[in-house]
Amino acid sequence: MRHVIIGTGPAGVTAAETLKKLDPGALVTMVGDEPEPPYSRMAIPYLLIDQIGESGTYLRKNNAHFKEFGISHVEGVVESIDQAKNQVHLGGGTEIGYDRLLVATGSTPVSPPIDGIDHPLVSSCWTLEDARRIAAVAKPGANVVLMGAGFIGCIILEALAKSGANLTVIEMEDRMVPRMMNDIAGNMIKDWCEERGVSVNTSTRVESIAEEGDGLSVTLSNGKSIPADLVVSATGVRPNIGFLDGADIKTDLGILVNRQMQTSDPHIFAAGDVAQGKDFSSEEFSVQAIQPTAVEHGQLAAKNMFGLKNASHQGSVNMNVLDTLGLISSSFGLWMGVENGESCELLNKERFRYINLQFCEDVLIGATSLGLTEHVGVLRGLIQTKTKLGVWKDRLIEDPTKIMEAYLGSTHAIGHNAKIMK
Amino acid sequence: MLKSLQLEPEKCTGCLQCEMACSYENEGVFNPAKSRIKVFNFHDEGRFAPYTCTQCTEAWCLHACPVEAIVVNESTGAKEVIEDVCVGCKVCTIACPFGTVNYNTDSGKVMKCDLCGGDPACADACPTAAITYVDSSYTGLDRMKSHAAQTVPKT
Ligand SMILES: Cc1cc2nc3c(=O)[nH]c(=O)nc-3n(C[C@H](O)[C@H](O)[C@H](O)COP(=O)(O)OP(=O)(O)OC[C@H]3O[C@@H](n4cnc5c(N)ncnc54)[C@H](O)[C@@H]3O)c2cc1C
Ligand code: SF4
Repeated sequence: MRHVIIGTGPAGVTAAETLKKLDPGALVTMVGDEPEPPYSRMAIPYLLIDQIGESGTYLRKNNAHFKEFGISHVEGVVESIDQAKNQVHLGGGTEIGYDRLLVATGSTPVSPPIDGIDHPLVSSCWTLEDARRIAAVAKPGANVVLMGAGFIGCIILEALAKSGANLTVIEMEDRMVPRMMNDIAGNMIKDWCEERGVSVNTSTRVESIAEEGDGLSVTLSNGKSIPADLVVSATGVRPNIGFLDGADIKTDLGILVNRQMQTSDPHIFAAGDVAQGKDFSSEEFSVQAIQPTAVEHGQLAAKNMFGLKNASHQGSVNMNVLDTLGLISSSFGLWMGVENGESCELLNKERFRYINLQFCEDVLIGATSLGLTEHVGVLRGLIQTKTKLGVWKDRLIEDPTKIMEAYLGSTHAIGHNAKIMK
Repeated sequence: MLKSLQLEPEKCTGCLQCEMACSYENEGVFNPAKSRIKVFNFHDEGRFAPYTCTQCTEAWCLHACPVEAIVVNESTGAKEVIEDVCVGCKVCTIACPFGTVNYNTDSGKVMKCDLCGGDPACADACPTAAITYVDSSYTGLDRMKSHAAQTVPKT
């Protein structure tokens, strides 16, 4: 079997390795357009603060890893797919034939329609190339404007603030991380940042960016103009499906796949940020654009490309964890709750601690936390196993921090399971 | 055959010797907050339950890690964190459905049970054999699911 994988991010690399493990004789070729060994975007913030070097971002640390695994890595841009001939076309006229093809091309930051957005001192923070550019300017004393305080914006916020630059954050919505946190949590993160000297402007837009002297002047919707040596744009991403124009593959926001990660062309699969895969909680197919989902997709796609039976996607739980200048937050599943559901929360604003749980009947369906580092993963476990909480639901409503006890109490031989309670 | 930690809550008296032993073995201090095994107190039932990583075969933490900082120790089967490689992104802490990978704010890295290289200090320390290191196989989430499927009375 000839397996070709487009994209060498976590989804593509995981798929390539899974394929080789399942079928050591298979020919596995990864094509990637970045001039680097396969790396992890997630590690970029740690590169920016010099905690690691570039090699610390590499997905696999052994240089010979892919060779030893029998995986070929070709550098090149896939420009189109010839579905009739089962070939991918690379720039420069190279063609590679496949029996099964995986599209794992990830996503690209969107550029909001703002005057001056194309200026060389405006950068996204998505690739190693971007990181090098940002690191060169974000030095102590430099004025840096971060546009967008969504998930990715908040992740790089910490690195930008630690660089010693004067950081100003501009966010259109009324709170930070609006698609991951409710009002209370999003605003507590904002307060936390402001207490630490980062200026956060919510409900504010960047109207235009203009060159001024050696730097930039950024005009905001509140009428103010601020100077900037660098503008970092983090206003959302879009799946990389442009090269599929003209191909007979169904797409929506991303590439549409079934529960086998298979596209409308049975020989072609999709995984990671580019794929519109099943969401565990909503049971709908959506682009999650997070690392754990990319890996899950990659594993599943590989199993189905190999032809394993019963490798159906149960759906990935949407989940995020953030560290904003030391304040750790996380959110899981349907953190916003559902109609007719129930919820409970515990809030300590002074100590920046918060936990909010969402239930449907006696099953946990979503959660948000701030300042919690112990046992957070069990929130995912409770959601994904749809554990019936029984008496533990009321106990959680009384004290939402008892998540680990609730899991153990409702799944292990403790308490009523051990027939001790009536 | 690989060995694993067998935890039997019905034998636990809540003395916290395991937490002490774990934090001393791994962090050099007697501080239960630094322990990778935790004893949970069930007041209503008058019970205690020690709990830590089951070294599950799915290894959710290992696969979620973006920088290959969690690896399998081939001789013990333990999933171990390589501190020098870990960047502290915490993705493994939300990926582990058992809640047994925790972030250590002091080190900026995560910590989890590594079976002490094959001689778990908690099992040695437990005076009642509530924690033993035995041959057995665990299957992670499926096991959790089958437990979850047990009929639990609804309130
Ligand atoms: C700064 C930053 C921090 C992040 N932090 C987190 C986090 O904390 N938690 C989390 O869950 N997620 C995080 N993410 C998101 C996470 O990195 C992505 O979800 C993940 O990288 C998706 O993996 P992927 O393999 O689908 O795509 P990618 O990693 O984007 O890889 C796709 C690859 O395909 C290549 N490619 C695209 N088109 C072509 C083509 N036509 N031909 C050849 N190659 C092509 C791309 O250049 C790229 O190399 C972060 C992202 C960034 C940028
Ligand atoms: S916190 Fe460390 S071990 Fe965990 S996923 Fe991130 S880098 Fe890997």
